[in-house]
Amino acid sequence: MNVTVRPAGDHGALIELPDNGAAVRLAGLLREERSDLLDVVIGHTTVLVTWVGEIPDLGDAAERALVSEAGPAGRLVEIPVVYDGPDLDEVARLTGLSPEEVIARHTGAEHVAAFIGFQPGFAYLTGGDELLHVPRRDVPRTRVPGGTVAIAGPYSGVYPRESPGGWRLLGSTTALMFDPAREPPALLAPGDRVRFVVA
Amino acid sequence: MTRIEVVTPGLLTTVQDRGRPGLAHLGVPPSGAADPAAYELGNRMVGNPDGAAALEATLDGPVLRFDAPTTVALTGATTPVVRTVEMLDVGRCVNGVRTYVCVRGGIDVEPVLGSRSTDLLTGLGPAPLRGGDVLRVGPAPSRPAGPGTVPGPAVPGTPVLRIVPGPRDAWFAPDALEALCSEPWRVSSSSNRVGIRLEGPALERARRDELLSEGLVTGALQVPPSGQPILLLQDHPTTGGYPVIGVVRSDDVPLAAQLAPGFRVRFVVDPQFT
Repeated sequence: MNVTVRPAGDHGALIELPDNGAAVRLAGLLREERSDLLDVVIGHTTVLVTWVGEIPDLGDAAERALVSEAGPAGRLVEIPVVYDGPDLDEVARLTGLSPEEVIARHTGAEHVAAFIGFQPGFAYLTGGDELLHVPRRDVPRTRVPGGTVAIAGPYSGVYPRESPGGWRLLGSTTALMFDPAREPPALLAPGDRVRFVVA
Repeated sequence: MTRIEVVTPGLLTTVQDRGRPGLAHLGVPPSGAADPAAYELGNRMVGNPDGAAALEATLDGPVLRFDAPTTVALTGATTPVVRTVEMLDVGRCVNGVRTYVCVRGGIDVEPVLGSRSTDLLTGLGPAPLRGGDVLRVGPAPSRPAGPGTVPGPAVPGTPVLRIVPGPRDAWFAPDALEALCSEPWRVSSSSNRVGIRLEGPALERARRDELLSEGLVTGALQVPPSGQPILLLQDHPTTGGYPVIGVVRSDDVPLAAQLAPGFRVRFVVDPQFT
């Protein structure tokens, strides 16, 4: 297996990995060992690193991330959901399931936080039931309330605060996904396991 | 302690400092002054320590009333100058779109995640200025304020920004990079601190499949399906799924941040990276 490193400007590099697990492991290694890096950002199958001074040598950590065994399973976080979202019936129609089955399949799967992006604390959760893989809305909503639980493509997610959004809205949670005054501010980190439970 | 009353806020005036670097893994954009060079210059001119918060005015600046004579520096889209004022009408930006008002002592608002910067994408930090707002000024630094004026940076007619190709140049047609660098691009009026939208010939993709979301840097030229690139500025989202054909060199980002709507800009591949 190969690791490809591509330039991302004059102070950054994008490291391509075979899968999300390797990306999470590499990011962990780099954060532990490399104080000369400014940002270490996990993508779906990539790690973006940025730095301030001289170009760091990244090769060795990437190789070790590839050969190292998957670490211990991530922490399990339960997110209580009231399944009363405006798109629940639409998702049922798109999938040929009843709304009750949609809820059962969404709560039945163990999700994994693959990466954080879009908004502070917004975790892209993978590993959900494949029957619930529905396309995004053609026209995104201009405002989705904070705490909304939604799905799109292979992902589930929780909008941390009010924002525009094109995902299908299943319900809402009182879990606080991001709080700048909390340490750490984000409820979820890549590698965490997530279960949605009926509130 | 000196206070500043916002008489009129101008078109869009925000508090900015060096932003929130190093928090991208939490989904927190870098934020901070869009033209870091002008912001740092202004702070030096009033004797402020590095990282003191300033005001970033956009196109049409605010009118500010100080409750005591206060030393301020104006930099960015104006001739750099230090003045002692009780009333300040920042006025319209010239030779750019962002003027920095650096107040001796710095703007004293509550920091969020280590920074006083307004982040327009995520709402972190203080809200943009509104008429009637009152801002506190921090204690005066021990360093004296500098000379009255310094030479401003030369502003070229059609600025040329140097780019580093990639990380996703291979997702585009073989001549797309050449197309990006051959024609001048027009700066759209729907540009902001998140990104500068550019108008010109559509950049052709070689691959039609969807890119899995990946990390983004300031200066990235992200290309949505329209083929019209968006040059990402400091309030950009930390990840995105549109391929990035090239990234503007970090020392050219201040110039990019001063591009006015309707103006033209050229790109050239940085000779160091050909």
